[in-house]
Order: sequence, then structure tokens, then C-alpha cells
Amino acid sequence: MSSPESSAYENTEAAPHGGPRRTEWPLFEIFIRGQHGLSHRHVGSLHAPDAERAMQNARDVYTRRKEGVSIWVVEASKITASSPDDKGHMYDPADDKVYRHPTFFDIPEEVGTM
Amino acid sequence: MYAQMVKSTGEGVRSLDEMDPQERAFQERIDAGGKIEPKDWMPDGYRKTLVRQIGQHAHSEIVGQLPEGNWITRAPTLERKAILLAKVQDEAGHGLYLYCAAETLGVTRDQMTRDLLSGKMKYSSIFNYPTLTWADMGAVGWLVDGAAIMNQVPLQRTSYGPYARAMVRICKEESFHQRQGFDIMMKMARGTPEQKRMAQDALNRFWYPSLMMFGPSDADSVHSAQSMAWKIKMNSNDELRQKFVDLTAPQADYLGLTIPDENLKWNEEKGGYDFSEPDWDEFFDVLKGNGPCSVERLEDRNRAWDEGRWVREAMLAHADKKRAAKLAAE
Ligand SMILES: [Fe+2]
Ligand SMILES: [Fe+2]
Ligand SMILES: [Fe+2]
Repeated sequence: MSSPESSAYENTEAAPHGGPRRTEWPLFEIFIRGQHGLSHRHVGSLHAPDAERAMQNARDVYTRRKEGVSIWVVEASKITASSPDDKGHMYDPADDKVYRHPTFFDIPEEVGTM
Repeated sequence: MYAQMVKSTGEGVRSLDEMDPQERAFQERIDAGGKIEPKDWMPDGYRKTLVRQIGQHAHSEIVGQLPEGNWITRAPTLERKAILLAKVQDEAGHGLYLYCAAETLGVTRDQMTRDLLSGKMKYSSIFNYPTLTWADMGAVGWLVDGAAIMNQVPLQRTSYGPYARAMVRICKEESFHQRQGFDIMMKMARGTPEQKRMAQDALNRFWYPSLMMFGPSDADSVHSAQSMAWKIKMNSNDELRQKFVDLTAPQADYLGLTIPDENLKWNEEKGGYDFSEPDWDEFFDVLKGNGPCSVERLEDRNRAWDEGRWVREAMLAHADKKRAAKLAAE
């Protein structure tokens, strides 16, 4: 996923070109449902003045070959993402609850498929 | 390639033992075939090199629309016109996939655009050559997209997640590009003597510039060595160029066209063709901005940006107005 925070990249002396103007259009993250029955999946991002326009642009940019049956657009700044450093405490509980996985239990062969 | 001569840190590749624990963990993840994602820690050099490389690649896709755009209004049939239009639209899409990958590294779209328009950031040398006849649409699809594919296919495995995923999307679309180009070449090569002459002429003009796309030999480049250690470059320039020639030479034979190189010869021993190097002085000169169309290309991009400004601003103003009206209604 694109990083929702827009950090200033160093090395950014403005070129003389163009003069002062408003900042770029906001960034939208695009999610597409590829086929009926599947969930939406992040495919990339694009800039648009608003959500409706983002939707139209997403069609042109991400579904030129019928890649999707449904599109979600979400303004990137509205997304809260976990950070990789959280990995420990976010996922730790999963480690000591191995019984959540079916393979934890030995079922006698005589019982058959379970 | 689309990103030519990308400089990395310029320092030699360091061994794992020389790295601090953080960098070592990063490098070990790459060595194990893992992916680096936007929020993961990464060395500054990795980030900067990627911004340069992905940015150059994106700019190449965008500027690369111009030589082909030149023929959209003059395509010989309505079908060819529709196909070319779809191809050029794909290239715009490729530029956007790549800009969005670069943005995950913290550079803004506006900044990249500014750096392209001011000439600070480069794009591939190939797009500074003119497209003089319809046969050039064949040669560009066949050779230029063909050369791009050589480089883009391995990059699907690159270590930076968003870049790798953008490459996967791009590669899915590229084979249409190359095939439509080859289809034009077949038609021309088997057409009237005049058409065949045009096809040969297009091959003559695009052959060496296509070989230049891979960049000069980088066997001794510290930049390339570092990029390869980071898996943001997967093959050496010579390796890819050889592969391209080996694949393309028989295709030229099939077309009944002659590659403009008298040294082109199958070498049984190495299992590949021997061939002549392009003129690297010309390459460096084009890279410096002295290509036949360099000035024109940048002027065109600048004009498009300037003339599109009122549209961008009007759309933003319209969006603001709609938002305000919606708020008032609530
Ligand atoms: Fe492309
Ligand atoms: Fe291309
Ligand atoms: Fe292409």
C-alpha cells in the first residue's frame, strides 16, 4: 500500500518551471474485486480531485482489461495502517494460541475426514 | 533500459559483517527472497536509488507516449488507429503504476513531475529519436517494447514490493504491445516493395538505439553491483542485451529483413550471437539532452503541463464547491 503520510522528500529545490500553484490532488488508494465471490484487493493508488473522479480514473488506470467487477476508492489520508514495528505485540497473542489451528488436534484415523 | 545508468551509493557493496544489525536484517531479508514494504526500515541509499530508478522508468513510460502519439491521427486504418490508441493509453497507465510505486518511498508526484519538466530527472534515451513513418510504429512495438520486456520481466521479482507489483501489472500488458508492433512489421515486410523498404528503414534506424536501451556495459560498475545486491537490478546490461539480440535476430530473419550489422553472426561456442556495440558516444550525447528530439519532447511535456493547468485547478475548485454544497445540505 502507498504510504498514507506524504513526507517531503529531500532534494526538493523547486524548478523555476510553472510558478506557485496549489498542491497536487489528494491521493486515493484503489481496491478492486476481481471476480464475484472474492474480496476487494489493493491494486495501487492515483491522484484525483475527489472520490467520484478517483472512481472514474480508477476505471481507466486499473480496469482496462476487465480486471474487476467492483471498485473501492479510499482517500489515503483516511487510512490508519499498522507499522512493522508493531509486529511483536500485535501478533504475539497468535503465537501462544496454536490450538486455533485445526492441526493442533490429533483425531484418530478411524474417525475419518474431519 | 527505461532506467539507464541509475547511480546508487557509489560505494562498494558491504559484507553482512560490516553492517549494523538493522541493515544486516534488511539485507538478509532480501537475500532470502523477501520483500521490502513502504513502512519497513531501509537504508537511505536504497530509498534514493529506487526513487531515481522508478522515477526514470515512470517518466520513460510517459514521454514514450509521444513518438507513438505522433501517428495516432495518421494510422492507415481505423483498426490500427484504435489499437495504437489502446497501446499508448497502456503506456500512460504504466507511468501511473510506477509513479504510485515511487510515491510510497516518500517523493511526491508533483516533485517528480517538476524534475522531469526541468530536465533534472532523465527518461530513456530511446524516446529522443523521431518516428518518421508508419513502419516506425512496427519497429517501436517490436524492438523498443521488446527490449523493455527483457528488463521488466525479471524486475517482477525485485525486492521492493510496490515496484514488483507494478512490474507484474506492466508485464501482463507488454506482450500485446510487442505483438501489435510485430504484426505491423509483418504486414509491411510482406507488402509492396515500397512498404518493405519502409520496414527495413525503420529497423535500420531503431536497431542501435534499441541496443542502447540496456545501457553501456556495467560489468565493473559499483552502482550496478550495489543495485544487484539490493535486488533492484536483476541482470547485467550485457546479459540482457545479449538475450535481446538472440531473440530478435531470428525474428528479423522471419520478416525477411536485415539487421544493420555486418558483424552479426551466430557463435556456436557461446551459444549466442556476436554483434556490434552501438555508438556509445552518441548514447552519452543523447543522455545529455542532445538527441534528435530531446528538446521537442521536453517542450511537449512542458506545454501539456502548462496548458492542462487550468483544468487541474478547475477540477479542484469544482470538487471544493461540491464538498461545500454537501456540507451545507447536511
Ligand atoms: Fe510500458
Ligand atoms: Fe513501453
Ligand atoms: Fe509497452
